[in-house]
Amino acid sequence: MTDATPKPKRKNPVARTRLPTLPPASRSRAALGLARAAAEGRFEMQACADCGAVQYPPREVCGSCLSERLDWREVANGGALIATTTLRHSNDPYFRERLPWRVGTVKMDAGPSVVAHVHEDCHEAGRVRLALKLDRSGQAVLHALPAEDTPNMNDSPQLRETHCDPKHRRVLVTDGRSTLGRAMVKALLDAGASTVFIGDPATWKADAGFDAFVASDPRIEPVALDVTDTDSVDRLAASIGAKVEILINTADHLRDGGVMNARDVGLARDAFDVNVLGLMRLAQAFGPTMCFRAADGTHGAVAWVNLLSIHALAALPARGAWSASKAAALSAALTLRAEFGGAGIRVMNVFPGPIDDEWEQLTPPPKLAPSAVAAAVVRGLRDGVEDLYVGDVAEELRARLRDNQKAVERELGG
Amino acid sequence: MSTAILAQFMAELLSGRIRLVDLTQTLTPEFPTIVLPPELGQAWPFRIEEISRYDERGPAWYWNNFSCSEHTGTHFDAPVHWVTGKDQPNNAVDSIPVDNFIAAACVIDVSAEAAKNPDFLLTIDFVEKWEEKHGRIPERSWVLLRTDWSKRSGAKEYLNMAEDGAHSPGPDAEVVPWLIRERHVHGFGTESIGTDAGQAHHLNPPYPCHYFMHGNNRYGLQCLTNLDQLPPQGALILAAPLKIRNGSGSPLRVLALTPHI
Amino acid sequence: MRSRQSYDGVAAAVPFTVPYARYSTHAAHWWLGRALAALIRESGIAKADIDGVCVSSFTLGPDTAVGLMQHLGMSPRWLDHIPMGGASGVVALRRAARAVQAGDAEVIACIAGDTNHVDSFRHTVSQFSRFAQDAVYPYGAGGPNASFALLTDHYMRQYGATREDFGKLCVAQRDNALRNPHALMKKPLTLAQYLDARPITDPIHLFDCVMPCAGAEGFLVMTEERARALKLPRVRIRSTIERHNAYPDDPIQFRGGWAMDRDALYEHAGLSPADVDFVETYDDYPVINMLQFEDLGFCAKGEAPAFVREHDFTIDGSFPFNTSGGQLSVGQAGAAGGYLGLVQALRQLTNVAGAMQVADARIGLVSGFGMINYDRGLCSGAALLERGTA
Repeated sequence: MTDATPKPKRKNPVARTRLPTLPPASRSRAALGLARAAAEGRFEMQACADCGAVQYPPREVCGSCLSERLDWREVANGGALIATTTLRHSNDPYFRERLPWRVGTVKMDAGPSVVAHVHEDCHEAGRVRLALKLDRSGQAVLHALPAEDTPNMNDSPQLRETHCDPKHRRVLVTDGRSTLGRAMVKALLDAGASTVFIGDPATWKADAGFDAFVASDPRIEPVALDVTDTDSVDRLAASIGAKVEILINTADHLRDGGVMNARDVGLARDAFDVNVLGLMRLAQAFGPTMCFRAADGTHGAVAWVNLLSIHALAALPARGAWSASKAAALSAALTLRAEFGGAGIRVMNVFPGPIDDEWEQLTPPPKLAPSAVAAAVVRGLRDGVEDLYVGDVAEELRARLRDNQKAVERELGG
Repeated sequence: MSTAILAQFMAELLSGRIRLVDLTQTLTPEFPTIVLPPELGQAWPFRIEEISRYDERGPAWYWNNFSCSEHTGTHFDAPVHWVTGKDQPNNAVDSIPVDNFIAAACVIDVSAEAAKNPDFLLTIDFVEKWEEKHGRIPERSWVLLRTDWSKRSGAKEYLNMAEDGAHSPGPDAEVVPWLIRERHVHGFGTESIGTDAGQAHHLNPPYPCHYFMHGNNRYGLQCLTNLDQLPPQGALILAAPLKIRNGSGSPLRVLALTPHI
Repeated sequence: MRSRQSYDGVAAAVPFTVPYARYSTHAAHWWLGRALAALIRESGIAKADIDGVCVSSFTLGPDTAVGLMQHLGMSPRWLDHIPMGGASGVVALRRAARAVQAGDAEVIACIAGDTNHVDSFRHTVSQFSRFAQDAVYPYGAGGPNASFALLTDHYMRQYGATREDFGKLCVAQRDNALRNPHALMKKPLTLAQYLDARPITDPIHLFDCVMPCAGAEGFLVMTEERARALKLPRVRIRSTIERHNAYPDDPIQFRGGWAMDRDALYEHAGLSPADVDFVETYDDYPVINMLQFEDLGFCAKGEAPAFVREHDFTIDGSFPFNTSGGQLSVGQAGAAGGYLGLVQALRQLTNVAGAMQVADARIGLVSGFGMINYDRGLCSGAALLERGTA
């Protein structure tokens, strides 16, 4: 049984900080299909459209009938663990720092034999389920997990290398005043975060409910933070930057208004200032320190979460300026993902549908409860995914986009 | 003759018999701007970004870009700012005659009242009592309301927001037209974020100081500080806004000349 | 199936080893060039008269055999590059033999060699193949140790092999190596030392692993006529096999391609396992020796542990085996490791094995195994060789 990860000890202030290293990241183009599935927590392999043979490692043509029609599909993830070994030596610096390391051969029910990382709770020669996870290099790897969940399963040192569990971590929620921000804080506290810094962009605002919320848990630390103010962001980073292990950017500026159908670019500028430049200010202020601390102890800096919107992918003309800011934020987030890649910090982009708050009064249901979005974010961190589509509206819109983007343009424009 | 006066003025200034008092708040990103309902257009707060600081962006020099609204920090309100002043002549910061940027000031101290009651409103009665003590308000004088509001620390205290809005002192709806009609004042200045009281939207007309002053081509100054260093009468105010085409106001440096007390 | 032609009229000769070094500052070209120079020197054949070359190397990049020819100033009319790791020696032999037999070349130099810089092993392992890059290296980067550990774990579980069994082979090979002046391992090894060694990748322990090093091996293939004229001691090829990606549906490797071709090997030679006087296998890990004993017909599948317990594998023992000490004791010089057994067999059959000589050796079996591309070794080959008549 896996031991629950203990709360991290205080850092030895005179010891050299362990620098981040990454597991091997080179992959063929075909193998990156695994990353696409793992990024969203799916288990997919190539299957031949002609003969049905499941392929692994990923191929260009079917190893059985040579057809080039290899489709990525969800396949059965069960299998038998037919051999295991524990590495006590590795040629790679990343693994050398994490030895011993267990790997094994799994004969999948779906056909192929695969080499996988093997969870400590898997029995020799027993049944396992395979999961595709993103490792710290951001590449997909197979993990053999016990057939049934075991206590503290997610705390195994191997799995901890794939996820961003907020347990025992210090988290900054950049706007904790918003309905969603507050729900986010609550979910993080429930998930065992050791400290949640609540960014407050409007310290002048009187709100007894907020004050009571802040006082409700000693792990909450309110901090002044206005993401449109470089000085404010820099000052906060100087004060708590070395403590932030997960940053969840909830700051948003949602207003109605289109592109031509707007009196001026004022609202658009405000939206971009919060949603795009705010993201960049936060990245410039907090990112480098997070990179440095990515391998700092058992609970180093691990994840950066952007609360985007499904409308980052499909503009909502009634909120055209805001949609554009979300699309720009997504683009910035992809660059940030590349920039964080060297340290192994996960950038998780969250694409919710409409959230049931004061800015969506006229939006018909279904709307997402802020708590549901927050719960999904925590789940995403625990699963280590990097793209998270939350709620029926987001899922459906995404499916429609895949099906016919032109149809979506016309439907949202109507 | 005028040369001699200016030379004498300079000598007085250098000798310290005339003192310069800075009535300006420092522009910082955290200094609040007026709070309106979030769905309305908003005044930009002061924002500043480094262009270079003796570094690869500019090796030998340090400079910044900044942005803000016309009504951020210590600022000047021109008549065109309010709908009542929109048709006044020379009503924007670029067209106001420059002699209007220098005027005498009467400082009415209501700090004790404001400390007790943040919603304190200045009345005709209060002004008349003040005149009994300090003399009649001369024509073409700024009337500056000393509330010590500038001594409040932090945006929260300064804005003093409750669920029903801001609570800060200002003039009532009767005293403003009275000051214009009876005393021909130059404008009205405050230490708080607006020339009107925090709850002035409930007065009739709403925001009477903006309504009447600008409707009569008079000016406003707000977010002033150091009013406690001015005498009730006798100070001279230099308040020249930036020359923005058709600008409704502008942040500015407000200086007072006072006889040394 | 058409019957295969014999290798009559072809001779292998001039086995040569460029002494190994743990690390080298030289490039692979240096090692291969030393091997070629030695073959010319030892045979007395003029450089220009070597009209065929067969090359194997992992560290020659970015060059291939073609670039190497310019580097060495050679103008062969027949050239091959065999990237088959541990199967390279046997495969080079059979390719060269057929070329000589057909008249495409007169004298073919078969050379294999690699350098070993301090970090080159990690480099080779991480870029070994696409499947390795995609599906093995990211799993702990254990290299061949990890892959063979899985095969070994499975074999031990399935067939009851013990560490003592593997140890017995390793200790015997070390005994043999002590008679080999080229072996990098110079100290005796006891079974207790073997068993007490530190684990590397369970169940693989230190003495189950070969030591990567730099080195080169070579030999010549020519007509018997030519060899006779040059008065070179020579070896006849009785039969050879090769096979690639055998049994792809086996969930994990427990047999190699030899099992598919064993009958053809002996039939073509007109020999049986009982006729074999000594065996040189590819021994990158002891479990692979066991697979070869089984798949080459010395015992049935799963009986190699018992076979090991019954025999003595030293040069003078009941089953003379890996008489140079094998890679486990000599070192693994990259692709030259795929030549080690063959070159040693040629030595045995031309009476130049010195202290390692197996008495009255007439028939030798050489086996090769190479290229763990993903989860298993893909190339297998074997050759039955006979002492040539003077």
